[in-house]
Amino acid sequence: MPNPSRSYPYIPNATARVKAEMLARLGLTDPMTLFQEIPEHLRFKGCMDLPEPVADEYSLRRHIEGLLNQNRHCGQTLNFLGAGCAHHFVPAVCDEVNGRGELLTAYAAEFYADHGKWQALFEFSSHMAELLDMDVVSGFLYDGAQAVATALRMATRITGRRKVLVPATLGSQTRMIIDNYMRGVGAAQVEVQTLGFDPASGLIDLSDLADRLDEETAAVLVENPSYLGFFETQATEIGRLARRHGAEFVVSTDPIALGVLAPPVHYGATIACGDYHPLGIHLQCGGGQAGFIATDGDMRYVTQFKDKLYGLVPTVQPGEYGFANVLFDRTSFGSREKAKEFTGTSNALWAITAGVYLALLGPAGMQEIGQTIMQMSQYAAGRMAALPGVRLAFATPFFKEFVVNFDDSGRQVAEIHAALLRDGIFGGVDVSGQFPWLGQSALYCVTEVMRQADIDRLIDSLNRVLS
Amino acid sequence: MARRRPDPLRRFHQARWDEEMIYELSVPGQRGVLVPRAEKAVVEAVGDGVSAIPDDLRRVRPPALPEVSQPRIVRHYARLSQETLGADITPDISMATCTMKYSPKVQEHIAARHPGLTEVHPLQPGETIQGILAILYRLERFLCEISGLDHFSFQPGGGAHAIFTNAAIMRAYHAARGEAGRDEIITTIFSHPANAAAPATAGYKVITLLPDEHGVPDLKALKAAVSERTAGLFITNPEDTGIYNPHIDAYVQVVHAAGGLCAYDQANANAVLGIARARECGFDLCHFNLHKTFSAPHGSMGPALGALGATAALEPFLPVPRITCDGQRYALDHDHPLSIGRVRSFLGNVPVALKAYAWILQHGFEGLREAAICSVLNSNYLEAEVCHIPGVTLPYARGQRRLEQVRFSWEKLREDTGVGTEDVKRRIADFGLQHYWTSHHPWVVPEPFTLEPCESYSKEDLDEYIGVLRQIANEAYADPEFVKNAPYNSSIHRVPEQFVDDPDRIAITWRQYLKKGWAQRQTQG
Repeated sequence: MPNPSRSYPYIPNATARVKAEMLARLGLTDPMTLFQEIPEHLRFKGCMDLPEPVADEYSLRRHIEGLLNQNRHCGQTLNFLGAGCAHHFVPAVCDEVNGRGELLTAYAAEFYADHGKWQALFEFSSHMAELLDMDVVSGFLYDGAQAVATALRMATRITGRRKVLVPATLGSQTRMIIDNYMRGVGAAQVEVQTLGFDPASGLIDLSDLADRLDEETAAVLVENPSYLGFFETQATEIGRLARRHGAEFVVSTDPIALGVLAPPVHYGATIACGDYHPLGIHLQCGGGQAGFIATDGDMRYVTQFKDKLYGLVPTVQPGEYGFANVLFDRTSFGSREKAKEFTGTSNALWAITAGVYLALLGPAGMQEIGQTIMQMSQYAAGRMAALPGVRLAFATPFFKEFVVNFDDSGRQVAEIHAALLRDGIFGGVDVSGQFPWLGQSALYCVTEVMRQADIDRLIDSLNRVLS
Repeated sequence: MARRRPDPLRRFHQARWDEEMIYELSVPGQRGVLVPRAEKAVVEAVGDGVSAIPDDLRRVRPPALPEVSQPRIVRHYARLSQETLGADITPDISMATCTMKYSPKVQEHIAARHPGLTEVHPLQPGETIQGILAILYRLERFLCEISGLDHFSFQPGGGAHAIFTNAAIMRAYHAARGEAGRDEIITTIFSHPANAAAPATAGYKVITLLPDEHGVPDLKALKAAVSERTAGLFITNPEDTGIYNPHIDAYVQVVHAAGGLCAYDQANANAVLGIARARECGFDLCHFNLHKTFSAPHGSMGPALGALGATAALEPFLPVPRITCDGQRYALDHDHPLSIGRVRSFLGNVPVALKAYAWILQHGFEGLREAAICSVLNSNYLEAEVCHIPGVTLPYARGQRRLEQVRFSWEKLREDTGVGTEDVKRRIADFGLQHYWTSHHPWVVPEPFTLEPCESYSKEDLDEYIGVLRQIANEAYADPEFVKNAPYNSSIHRVPEQFVDDPDRIAITWRQYLKKGWAQRQTQG
């Protein structure tokens, strides 16, 4: 039985007097009578092996902060890790808005009581639409990899075909997520083929693409920028080839690049997707990832989105904005297993946050931040490539991330990065295991949070480590 | 305003700012924030940076984002917040199946403000994230104890995602045993629709069981449905009606006997915390929604976490990486050749896991049971009172106790007055309460409404809620049109349905709204 001496600040009716009064209203004295429908043999007996509660708030905070204090973090350690989770500037207003209790604790409810939530989410989609120059955007994918996977499945539904072609330079996480999503019971639901590529540039081998494209091809996927940072500079041609065979051209992009980088639709993409974590969301050990998918307004595409879409509609009051769920029966809330795919709770608070971010930056801010990232990352790459035994793996232009090869230094990435860590630096992601053809290489990420002095510090440290 | 009023109704009016779309606030040249620029020496070294982009990939026209000053942006979002009835400002008894539990502020203040979480990169070396790995490892042990299962994964980004992952595990398990011919899953109509949709996405055929006269899934139908094609069962208990299926272990045995696996959707676990577990019922897999049962906030629809539990027999198939501990140090283990791989990047929604860890630690075993007891007590109290409201009926399970939520019906109200559940649902917002949950589709219970007064709500909250429902029922009998035209005190007025799915009118973004000529139509009235 519960210990009557314990108090529960979050459980008002645990108060003995109230509980007794409510039980009395039900004609009961023992609260366990409430569970009478659960048969005895299905009840849990005894006491669970859980720790003694840390009941008071102060002690709880001490305990958890004590654990978090064991972590090192990118505020105190110079960080060059990215690989799809880059360290970006988070405007204070983003944290202010997503910390508002009204938005933080709202959920799936409809538009009268939660009008503001719907407007904030509609504005997010609208901003993303401007950034992507496409008319329809969904921001409710679990992360960028899920967005790619669902974009590819959308392509199979649109075309009625079941083969997709993907680049070899996808990150292993993304590839695992895609593969799991395309598998079937027995035979695969969608066949995933990997495109050949040129190891010197990272770019897709166009002749291999031409060979693989056929009447069964639902989609060709390109990442721009790629997981390894470089631009797929042949994207226009790849898109042309894909479309010529009736395949969708799916492009995964980095939204923070789109002030300077053309949105995918400008070079032929029919479906754009990606992760909007860069837009005003903290690293959170990967807890801030969130995916989007965009298309134009053609109903052939709109009807294939799997998640809720919020539409702007009039109310009975002239001139008043209202919202509604558009084409609800697409979703599994509307039609269970007949839905396009399953849907559910995802990342709406991050969508609201990204909306705030894009409103704050505006067109000029997006251009500037894109340019700053290009400049800082080029500066870092140039300085690193000038070190003895270090070279850039690809000559291809890049955004934010780039692959550095250490083969000529005779050193292992793991060893170099262990030394950097001692200097208070997280070196880039070691991709030697993931892509053996790259040799001893690491993926370095440099964003607008990096200052010249930070890069100079990296170079000094590397100089010492490599000499 | 006197606190003790003769009736519990609030004279409420929600904020109605008539706030512009942010595009309408745009003034060319205004800025909301300035961003860091490259230093002079950097620019001297690399030039403008963007010339490196090939011509056909360079953006020509800047994106047509709004240009708004920071004070106006903050005001805009503060107003939108005020036009949102989160659980912090209303007793959210309404959103049943969602367990709208109070989210303790201390958790948020740690998770959103401590750089040891907010500024941690997921690919940092293991020795630099020991604190986070410790939290995940210990939370896994907690949930094993609470469910009785042997392992947990925190990769799924929500409940539906966990169901999908469970389906992927079933798929891998049967394939590994050379039984890929098992291509059917069985679920029930009162289980969340993701239990049908997510396995379908994984490639399964779906068989859906309907309730028998007691409101529980029909055991005879289950026996008829299982075969050598059965991969598994996906089921909730108590189901979304609040009815606990007392023979759940028999259902599990039927599926096991046919060679299938059983996955327990524990979205409704708040009813049975510390009282009953997946293990005793015989389940192989389960999932908890940490953003529901374990108090992490719902975030307007995420970020969320569907913590996935499995028996030892299914551990090899769980997503990678797994978190290990040698007694001293925590590490990530990727070496599981039978694993389904991944369903989400990195380590999942770590902040959500931290909040669940905090909640369990603060409550302990007794506190978990207290939460279950008070949530079931609240629901029984609410049920007893709501059943006396004119127009309310309670289908199924007459004379039985339901657990933490109840699916009622306004069928009689509709027959008597023409006012249906969607009308009442709109009107309820006029009293400062969140719209209630009707039911997932299809509506098996006619004119449904489903309420879940979890342990966060006081007797006064329940009385207020009951008073509001009674008031609306009285209004329906006195003046049905009044209820049908609600809301009146909300941020906006009633939305007519005729344009919502009209391809010529659908406007999912502002640019689409402009393109389709909505703005002109609005000004013409």
